[in-house]
Parts: sequence; C-alpha cells; structure tokens
Amino acid sequence: MPDATYAQTDRELTFAQAIREALAEEMRRDSTVFILGEDVAEAGTPFKVLSGLLEEFGKERVLDTPISEAGFTGLAVGAAMTGMRPVVDIMFGDFVTLTMDQMVNQAAKVHYMSGGKWKVPMVMRTTMGATRRSAAQHSQSLHAWFCHVPGLKVVLPSTPYDAKGLLKAAIRDENPVVFFEDKMMYKLKGPVPVEDYTVPLGVADVKRVGEDITLIATSSMVQVALGAATLLEEIGISAEVVDPRTMWPLDEKTLIESAKKTSRVIVLDEGYERYGVTAELASVVATGAFYDLDAPVKRMGAMHVPIPFSPPLEDATVPTEQTVFEAARAMCGK
Amino acid sequence: MTTAAQPNEISEKTGLLLHMHRQMVAIRQFEAQVNELYTRALMPGLAHLYIGEEAVAVGVCEALEQTDYITSTHRGHGHCLAKGASPDRMFAELLGKKAGYCKGKGGSMHIADPATGNLGANAIVCGSAGIATGAAFSARSLGNGRVAVCFFGEGALGQGVLYEVMNLAQLFKLPVIYVCENNLYTEYTHYTETTAGDILARATAFGLEAASVDGQDVRAVHGIAQRLVDRARRGDGPGFLVCNTYRYHGHHVGDINREYYRSKQEEQIWKTERDPIANFAKWLVEQKLADAVELDRVQADLEAEMKKAVDFAVAAPYPSVDEVGEDVYA
Repeated sequence: MPDATYAQTDRELTFAQAIREALAEEMRRDSTVFILGEDVAEAGTPFKVLSGLLEEFGKERVLDTPISEAGFTGLAVGAAMTGMRPVVDIMFGDFVTLTMDQMVNQAAKVHYMSGGKWKVPMVMRTTMGATRRSAAQHSQSLHAWFCHVPGLKVVLPSTPYDAKGLLKAAIRDENPVVFFEDKMMYKLKGPVPVEDYTVPLGVADVKRVGEDITLIATSSMVQVALGAATLLEEIGISAEVVDPRTMWPLDEKTLIESAKKTSRVIVLDEGYERYGVTAELASVVATGAFYDLDAPVKRMGAMHVPIPFSPPLEDATVPTEQTVFEAARAMCGK
Repeated sequence: MTTAAQPNEISEKTGLLLHMHRQMVAIRQFEAQVNELYTRALMPGLAHLYIGEEAVAVGVCEALEQTDYITSTHRGHGHCLAKGASPDRMFAELLGKKAGYCKGKGGSMHIADPATGNLGANAIVCGSAGIATGAAFSARSLGNGRVAVCFFGEGALGQGVLYEVMNLAQLFKLPVIYVCENNLYTEYTHYTETTAGDILARATAFGLEAASVDGQDVRAVHGIAQRLVDRARRGDGPGFLVCNTYRYHGHHVGDINREYYRSKQEEQIWKTERDPIANFAKWLVEQKLADAVELDRVQADLEAEMKKAVDFAVAAPYPSVDEVGEDVYA
C-alpha cells in the first residue's frame, strides 16, 4: 500500500510544491514529457505552481502558449498520439469549456474509434474550487463534465502526498487524464516522502477511520469532512472519511465497504449537486450497500447558482464544516 | 508569401505520373462501389463521396513519405487510399466488420491507420486541425523529420480553432501543411455565403506560406504540395494550400436532389470540362506517356479489384458483441 509511506516521513511539502516535484521528476525520467499552457514558463502560472521548471527544462519543454485553450489542447492530443507526453495547463477550471471538443470528441474517442490503434497519453491539469472571491467565471468545479465521458480518467487529489503520487501515475498513464487541483489547497502542507512513488488511479483512501457514519469526500471537501469529523467526535459520533481520489476509474468496493460498516453515508463534492459527482457516488453506495443502510444517502455539493462574488453569498454556496456537522448529526439522530 | 502554382516545376517522371493516374482511378472506383453498397442497402449509415476531388488527395499524398502524417475528414476515403490504405479493409470498416481498419468501431468517417501515418478521419468539421499540428510538434521535438498534412473542407474555415492552431504552428515553426479542399459547398450552402474576405489572407496574416491551386490538376497540386512539404521538412515552417475543386455527388450518398443549392448544368460543366482523371489521361496520351488502351485497362483492373474487395468485406464477419467494451481505455 503506497499510503503507508507518508506516515514515515518527516518532510512536509505544500500541495503546490508536491505538484511541481511530480512534474520535475517525471520530466527528468522521460524526455517526452513537456508542459504547455498560458504563462507556464517565466511566470510559472499565476499560482506559481510551476516556478523553476523553465530554468531546469528550458523553453522546448515548458512552453508558453497564446490564449488559445482549444488550439493548444488539440495540439497536445496530436502530440500525445505521436510519441510525446504532454501536460496541458488550463489556468482556471472554468476555461475547460473552451477545450471540450478537443477533450470529448478527440482525446476521449481516438483510442476507441481507431479500434485501439492510436492512444492519447496526455494530462490536462486544471483548477477548481470556490471561496476565492473570483466570481462566476473563475470559481467553478466542472470535473463532473469529464466524468461523463468514456475514454477519460478524472483525478481529484486532496493532499500533497496524493497530488504528487497521482500526478506521476497520470503522466505515466496511456490515456487522457484530467487532473483537478483545488486552488485553495495550494498552500496546504502535508508529508511527502523523498523516495519515488506513485498512487495508482482507481484506489480510494480512508483518510479517517470511524464507526457511526461515512463521509465520502473529494478534493477540497476532504478537509471539510475531516474538520466536521473532529466536531462530531466532540458529541460522541465517530465519522469515517473516505476519499475516492479518482472519479474514474472509481474504487466502488472501498466506498461500499465503508457504507456497510457505518450504515450512514453523506457524499460531499464541490461540484454542482444536481446531476453531479455526488449523484453517481450516492447511487453506487445506495445500490451496493442497500441492505446495510439505516438512512437514505445524503448528498452535499455546490448550490445550483453561478458562483456569486459577494463573500457572504459565495460562502453560502458550498458545504462547510458546520453544515456537514449539522447534517451528520441529524442523520445520526443526535 | 502568396505564390501561384507552377505546374511546370513538378517532377515529370513518367512512373510517378502513371502512379498518380492509377491512384485517382482507384479512388473513383472505390467510391463508385461505396455508392453501389448504399443503393443496394448493404452499408449501414451514410458515406461522403470524394468523386471529383481525387487530384487533391493524390497530388498531396504523393508529396509525402509513408511515415509522414495525415489527418482526414468525413469525406476521407480518398485521403486514406492516397496515403496507402487497402480497399478491402476500408470496405470492411464501412460495413462495420471486424476486419476493418478500426475493427468496425469507427466506420466511414473514422478510418485510421498507423502503418500509413493516417492519424484518422474526423467527423467534427476542423476537428483534426489540433491533432495534425500536434503531430508536427512531435516531429519537431523528436527530430524525426516527419511532416503532417491536415486535410479539411472549406467549411472548416468557419471554425475558430483553425486560426488558433495556425498561430501556434507559425510561432513554433512546425512542419504542418493545412490543405483546404474548397469544393464550393459547405454541406448545402455555397461557401461564398459563409466565408467573408479572402481565404489565403487568413493564412498569410499568421505568416504561413500560402498558395492556391487548381485542384482538378494533379500535376499542379503535386508540384505546389511538394514545395510546401519540402520547406516544412527543412524547418522553414507551416504552409497553407487551397485546392479549388468540386464534389460530383451530394454532401452524402443520400443527397440526391440538389437543385435547391446547385444546378445540374453547373455539375455537368465540372464533370465534362474539368474532370481531373479524364483531363490527366488526355494529357498523358498527348504527351505519349501512355496510350488510351493502357489507361482503359488500368480502369478495368481497378474496377475488378474493388469488386473483389467489396466481396471480401461483405463476406467478413461482424465483431463479437463482447468487443463493445474493449478499446475504451489503452
């Protein structure tokens, strides 16, 4: 189990440092890996996630592009088909809408349409997450859109350890992988070992062991769930926090096992609740653990509104430790 | 720089000329059989015939090496054949058979073949512009000397992504040639109703080497394509080639009544006065490079070969239903 390692290291990195280290290590390991995107070179992205990579790898492998998300994503699809391993940087997750034909009609379908002859080993890194006071076009979490498309893999890391290991696995994967990073987590610190490791796609991780209720949480919502679990402990409720880590492939077994053990489940995700990731995860659990559940599976996601600018309005759109705590307490009858 | 085509600058080697004639006839005979399969209700779905445009695919692909890349379109049979695909496996794909190039999963609009550098036909108009540009990026990064050609119809001039990738190709000096097949009709609408300004100027604005050529003249197409391919391969950057051509049939095989968007008289003029195969055959005979009997025999041979390929495809088995979930992920 890869996760045994992180308890044994003293070294701490931020989420952003873990991402950068994963990229640097893979670029050293494989000369076909390159980075493509807006302001990725000298600027190292507005979030400074890529700072220093240009200096080590040069302009041939860290390429600034025009503001042409569809164009450079399409370029990456073709490059991936012909021997390269592109890592595309889409600055804000909201801009993925501009890449949809390249990802949905091209990258996702090339392997199948060609009868398995061509493959597209590329990674699209992008961001998600609200509460940064960036309003409706810089705050969305649109990962569910990609989960709906056969041929794509979708990764949502929640810790520096997972971010590094999952990104390295994504770069080595033979398929198009969309990798969502919560902007608010870039400064989150956590243990990351020096040794080379990957976290396989499709393996969930139990972030906290508990007995009374399961909180299935993704990305930014993992920290919210852990905070809520601490509050719940104070009133005598033991909450288990399970992080699927990848939306597809999906580790259904771990989710169902936890649900069977605790008999109560809340699913948390920062994407829109309607027709979103929480609906799929709740369905998996409700079907797989039906006879062991003591309550209907509850879903908590973003409100069905464009993300507002005004801080009190924006904060009301996403689940918080307090709202999760209240929901869990009610479900447990306390 | 905009440059006029120079028919005289192409290679006059007889072998190449006769090969180009043969390739054009092969495409026409292939497409005639496709139409036949449709009218006999043996083909699932539809197909978009390339008849009338043969000189474009052949002239361009004869300027390429086998390891060079192409991307194709919904009207892609001609490109696939010109790049070296086998008719039997193409027909099998058109019929959804396991022996097809894509195991029956792609069909007429998605034929792909790594062995001939065919990155795939694409049913999104302009859908492969990014892919071709990316293949050229790989060629430059890996230093393998390959060139990529992106075939697209003039309808793709309406897609913004074309201008995004032409800008990228010029910035990165990529060995890619964008080949615009202007067959005058964007489905059922004349291109002048959808295309403002000057087509070539759209490419020269980005600094691409741009040219337009009579797409019914295979020697002219080949000559200008060779020049653009050679300079791209040298590292001198991307090119853009407009081939002015005409599709004899409808947008697809079922588009029979076309008079609401173009006249029978117009079709007749192109077929009788500007046919790329008839005019080229006449020229070959006039130049004493071939005799008419020999050329007729080529046609008869290819007709027989295509019928045999159709028989193979008709007799070939469908894939097992168990295969539906395979090849989603590599």
